[in-house]
This record gives sequence, C-alpha cells and structure tokens, in this order.
Amino acid sequence: MRNFKVLCAAFLVTSGIHISQAGAESTVDPALIEAAYSENGKYFTADDIPTYKVQEDGTIDWPSYSGFRRYHSECHVCHGPEGEGSTYAPALKKSALTMDYYDFIDVVTNGRTRINAAENSVMPAFGDNPNVMCYLNDIYVYVKARGTDAVPRGRPRKKEAKTDAIREEENACLGTN
Amino acid sequence: MRRLLIAASAFALTAGLAHADANLQSMMDDANQWVIQTGDYKNQRYSKLDQINKDNVKNLQVAWTFSTGVLRGHEGSPLVVGDVMYVHTPFPNIVYALDLNNDGKIIWKYEPKQDPNVIPVMCCDTVNRGVAYADGKILLHQADTKVVALDAKTGAEVWSVTNGDPGIGETNTATVMPVGDKVIVGISGGEFGVRGSVTAYNIKDGSQAWRAYSMGPDSDILVDPEKTTHLGKPVGVDSGTNTWEGDQWKIGGGTTWGWYSYDAEENLIYYGTGNPSTWNPAQRPGDNRWSMTVMARDADTGMARWFYQMTPHDEWDYDGINEMILTEQEIDGKTRKLLTHFDRNGFGYTLDRVSGELITAEKYDPTVNWATHVEMDKNSDQYGRPQVVAQYSTEHNGEDVNSTGICPAALGSKDQQPAAYSPTTGLFYVPTNHVCMDYEPFRVSYTAGQPYVGATLSMYPAPNSHGGMGNFIAWDNIKGEIVWSIPEQFSVWSGALATAGDIVFYGTLEGYLKAVNMATGEELYKFKTPSGIIGNVMTYAHGGKQYVAVLSGVGGWAGIGLAAGLTNPNDGLGAVGGYAALSDYTALGGQLTVFSLPN
Repeated sequence: MRNFKVLCAAFLVTSGIHISQAGAESTVDPALIEAAYSENGKYFTADDIPTYKVQEDGTIDWPSYSGFRRYHSECHVCHGPEGEGSTYAPALKKSALTMDYYDFIDVVTNGRTRINAAENSVMPAFGDNPNVMCYLNDIYVYVKARGTDAVPRGRPRKKEAKTDAIREEENACLGTN
Repeated sequence: MRRLLIAASAFALTAGLAHADANLQSMMDDANQWVIQTGDYKNQRYSKLDQINKDNVKNLQVAWTFSTGVLRGHEGSPLVVGDVMYVHTPFPNIVYALDLNNDGKIIWKYEPKQDPNVIPVMCCDTVNRGVAYADGKILLHQADTKVVALDAKTGAEVWSVTNGDPGIGETNTATVMPVGDKVIVGISGGEFGVRGSVTAYNIKDGSQAWRAYSMGPDSDILVDPEKTTHLGKPVGVDSGTNTWEGDQWKIGGGTTWGWYSYDAEENLIYYGTGNPSTWNPAQRPGDNRWSMTVMARDADTGMARWFYQMTPHDEWDYDGINEMILTEQEIDGKTRKLLTHFDRNGFGYTLDRVSGELITAEKYDPTVNWATHVEMDKNSDQYGRPQVVAQYSTEHNGEDVNSTGICPAALGSKDQQPAAYSPTTGLFYVPTNHVCMDYEPFRVSYTAGQPYVGATLSMYPAPNSHGGMGNFIAWDNIKGEIVWSIPEQFSVWSGALATAGDIVFYGTLEGYLKAVNMATGEELYKFKTPSGIIGNVMTYAHGGKQYVAVLSGVGGWAGIGLAAGLTNPNDGLGAVGGYAALSDYTALGGQLTVFSLPN
C-alpha cells in the first residue's frame, strides 16, 4: 500500500496537466467530503472543513442550496453553469476537489493571475465583496457537491430549511436586517 | 488681420460640423473595401459585390488563413482599406495590418500594454468588436477603455484618451463609430453598477467633444425637456432621475456596448442602452429611465432628438443595445426613413427614425412569452409599453422566488450579433437565440468594482420546439412576420452578411461558415473552420476578386453559457445533460479564414 501511494504521487508530479482529468475519474477521498457532524444546519468533515449533506430522498443542506444561488449570481458569468467550466474559466466542480479548502478560500479572497503565452486568466479578489464573502462556504460546498455529482446539474429540488442561526449570521455579515 | 479672421471663421465652419466625412462615406460606398465594422453607417451589412453568387457559392474554397495568436472569443471582423487588411484580437487587443499584395505579410503589429486586472471585471469574456478607419487612422477602443488612434500606415500611436475607470467596473468590448470629425464611443459594465454613457472625441487630437449619460440630471443626459420626445411627447424635466428612487441612478447601468448607426441627412446617431443595475428589480422601483432605450442624438452636440424605452423597469436583463438598422422603405405608398431593431426582449421594432414614432413591434421568435404584445394604441396610457404577463414577471413574483419558463432567456432572442438587410428583397436576416430561462432575483449590496448582479439564472433550449438553441431567420419588418427560419443546434452568435449575389452568410457556434439562398433559406455552402464563430462575416474585393472573411474563436457569453451544454431543470433529473454541449464540437481558437472562388 505504501508503495502504491508513492507511485501515485510520482504520477501526479510528472503529469500535472492530467491531474484534473485523472481526478474526475478516480474516487475522491471520503475524508474530504463525508459529513462527520452538523451545527445549526451546516455540515463539516472530521477535519472541520465545510461539506454538503444529501439525504436519501435527495434533500440537500441549506448551505449547498444557498451556494447554488450565489454561485449562479457571482461565479456563473465566468465559470459557466453549475461549476461546469467555460471557454473563459476553469470548472470549479473540479477545483473544489483538487484544491485544499484553505487554498480555495485564499484564491477567492485574494485573486490569482495567470498571464503567459498560453493563458490570459485572472481571478479577481472578492475579499471586499459581501455577496461573495458572506456565502463563501456555501459556494464551496455547492461546487464540491457538484464535483462528486452528489448534487446533479439544474436547480436542487428539495432543501433543508434555513435555520435561525444561519439567518442571523447572514444578516450580521451583510450588515442588514 | 482681416484675412486671418476670415480664414479662422471658415475653419470654424468646417471643423464644427460633424456631418459625414465625404471621403469616408465614399470609401463605404466602394464595395471593394470594408472600412468600419458595420460596413456602412446604416448597419445594413449588405455588399454590392456579386462575383460570388447563389449559383457558384457551392465552389467556395479557403484562399488563405491567419492565426491571431490569442485564444479567446473573437467578435467583430477585419477591415479592408485599399490594399491593407486590419485584424484585431480580444484582450490584449492586438491589431495587425496585413499586406493583401503580399500574401497577408504583417506590415505592422500594435500590442497595447494593459493591466490584466481588467480581465475579471469584463463580464462574459474579453471580446472586442473591432477597429474602425477614419482620416488615415485606425481607431481602437481597448478593454481598459483606452481609446487609441493609430497611424494606419505605420501603427504609430497618434493620440490616446482614457474613457472610463476599470477600477469601478468600467470596461469596453465595443467598436467605435467615426462620424465627421468625431468618433463615438460607448462603455460596458452594467453588471458592475456602471452608469452608461456615450462620448464623442475629436478624431484630430482625442479631445472630448461631448458626453451623454443614460440616466441622471438633464445636463448629464443631454436632453431638452421641451424638445426631446418619447413617443411624440416631450420628456419633461428630470426624466433621467424621476423614475429612480433616491440616488440609485448613479449606479443605474444603461451601458452602451452595442453598435452605432448614423443618418447624415438628419445628423443623428442611433444606439440602444443596456439593462438597469441590478438584475433584482425589487431593489430599483420605477421605470428606470433611460435604460433599455433607443436613442437618437445629434452627432455634433449629443443633444437627444428622441428616445423610446422598450422595456421599462427591466426584470429579465433584456439589454437594449442591439444594432439599429436604417432603411428607406415604402409604407402605404410612401417612402419612409425607418429604423429596425431586434431587441433582446424578443420584439422586432420598426420606428420612424426622424420622429421616433413606433410603427411595428412584433415577436420575432414565436416562443417569446414574457409579454403578450406591445400596446400600439396611441390613446392608451400603456402606449409603447410591453404588456407583461404576471406569471413571468420576476418583480410580481418577488425576491427569492424562482420564476420559471420565461422566454427568451437573458441572452435575448438575439444578442449583439448583428443582422443584415437586403434592399433587393426588403428582408432582414437575423441570427437568433432560442433559449428560455428560470430567474430568481435576490437582494445584493453594491461595492464599487465588484459584480452587482442579484439574480440566479438557469437557461435551457426553448421547450416544445426543435430542441436546438438557435434559429437563423428572414424577417419582414413592415408586416412583423418571419418569412423563413432555419433551426440551428446552437444559438447563432455570428453577424450576418447579405450580398448582391443573392446570398446570406453567417457563422455557427460549431464553427461552420454557411451560405444560404436569400429568397428561400436553402443552404448552398458550408465549411467548418477551426473554432466556433462568434465574429461577423465581411466581404471585400482585391485584384478584381471577391473574398469573404470571418474570424473563428469561440467564447463570449455563448462560450460561457453553452460550453458545458444546458440543462432544463423542469425536465426532471433524467433529462439532465441531454442537450448538446458546445465543448463536444469545438475548442478555443483565434483564426481568420478568407474564402474565394477557385481561379
């Protein structure tokens, strides 16, 4: 098993360009996505990373639903519908699985620039945009759920109710009543 | 001293009036050349060249190609001025001058240095709709809103001026229109709360002649409250602020990123303004004038002659920026000066372009459902207003409610991709979208330089139709009727070209250049270029031979919305992914393909 892990890592290093394709086909580490506990309608992994929760009847957690809405308001115009990517910007449903949570947060907050002969990509810094920052974890869990296909394309059909705690947090963040 | 005075007053006379530069007008009249993006001031996109015609177009072949070196959405088209072709690119907005006498050898290349931070504030790709020629200069309006005049012979910068501030979301995607001694310039950024404006700069030195905002005090929007009219009546005082709550007009949108046309006799320029910001209608009560408006302004002063607001209080992002096509046509035995406009909202409007009188307003896609009709009774208090269906009103249904099955989608029944007109058939040839949407508005807060959208959209092919996302149609603008319609798998996002050879050209998102019979719509030729076409087809002649040219390079809103395919959330989970994905047909590119008949 140890040998296999080493091999795997070597593969990732030498063929970086294929990571996303390989990543989409291989199974995702359950520790990255499995909800270990919930708090006021929000779900977290054992490592305290926000994650989604889909019940057997298809009901999804409120933050994932909220992420669906915010994604299609703030991210969609560059990254395409439902995290699928576009001719303009990468598929976030893949990024959410291949990027570390804290790196993901960092790129959204501070932006990232890739300008070279082959690329003209600039991710803006959303750090001072409350419409993004107040919903950053929601967007993250939504695109992660898209990455594993736990939430299919299209509008989520059933969702958990919005909890008072979430509502209060939202108002405090947006600075509105 | 006396002689000097006379000389000075003569100079003032010629310099002060913007009426058409006779030289530029004669270059537009010369079918061998293509000197501004729209072909001519009327935006007809019609060429008198007839060497390539409906009988021989089947023999068309590729004459030569050119790679632009940029992999992004390529809108607009090349220009041909004499023996030189000018090709532009998306960001970083390179301009090439190519020698048509020497197999397209590069005479000069201009590559501006722009701050890459402009890229993410350009909603929906870094497209640019091309350069214009006037007075020995190539006029370029860059993504970062720098307007630059290049010496057409050398590519040297003659002057430049900054039109806006990307820091607050002001960017540019549009071409410019030279008129007389001025160049007319618009602005983008409706999704960032930008207040739209049109500015005229003097071609000689880049100094500002006038600026007219889309909303704001009368002195900002350049109206005469008594003389400027809306559907025949004076607009009155404060028309640009009194349909807004408080100071909302300051971030009101109504940007001006479409096409411009010009009537030299009336000395009027015509254009449309975009959506009001935000997409959440509940946050901006009122008609939001003058967003979503057809505007006629004096080219010299910017003073408005008339306005027509097509979609008061937009609830669907139906930008009014599409081109205004000018024609002279007979109605009831009388020749009238008309303006025809295919709006994003799905209505094809025909107006008297001198008075602004509304003549026809009919749906040019039968699926359009958000309004039953436009009220045509002059005595009605609803005159000129679309009659909105409550079921599809995102304002009526309210914030945080998902309104479903609205046709057309926010892309419009047609976006900026310009239609063509043939004076021989009297018909318009229109590239269209056949896409519907669900729309859920919600509250957003404004931060300068950040997106200010406030709605979640899902888009999908028009239900209960042919399953495709586009049509290419022939339209009768007097009767308000579709004459023929070609179903297309994807939205038609390419500008059309009609010619005296009785054919119409257009490009498709899969990358095909197609030629069809002008009278019947019968397909006569197609060729698959290396990438999807969102550019406009143009034609020119060189050395006695006619050529047809088009840019390939998928992108723009089409590349973002359709790359992964669309899904209809109302079809149930089983149908998800059932529609075609553009990424199965084409990939990024940046290429010019030039066609001709075999020797």
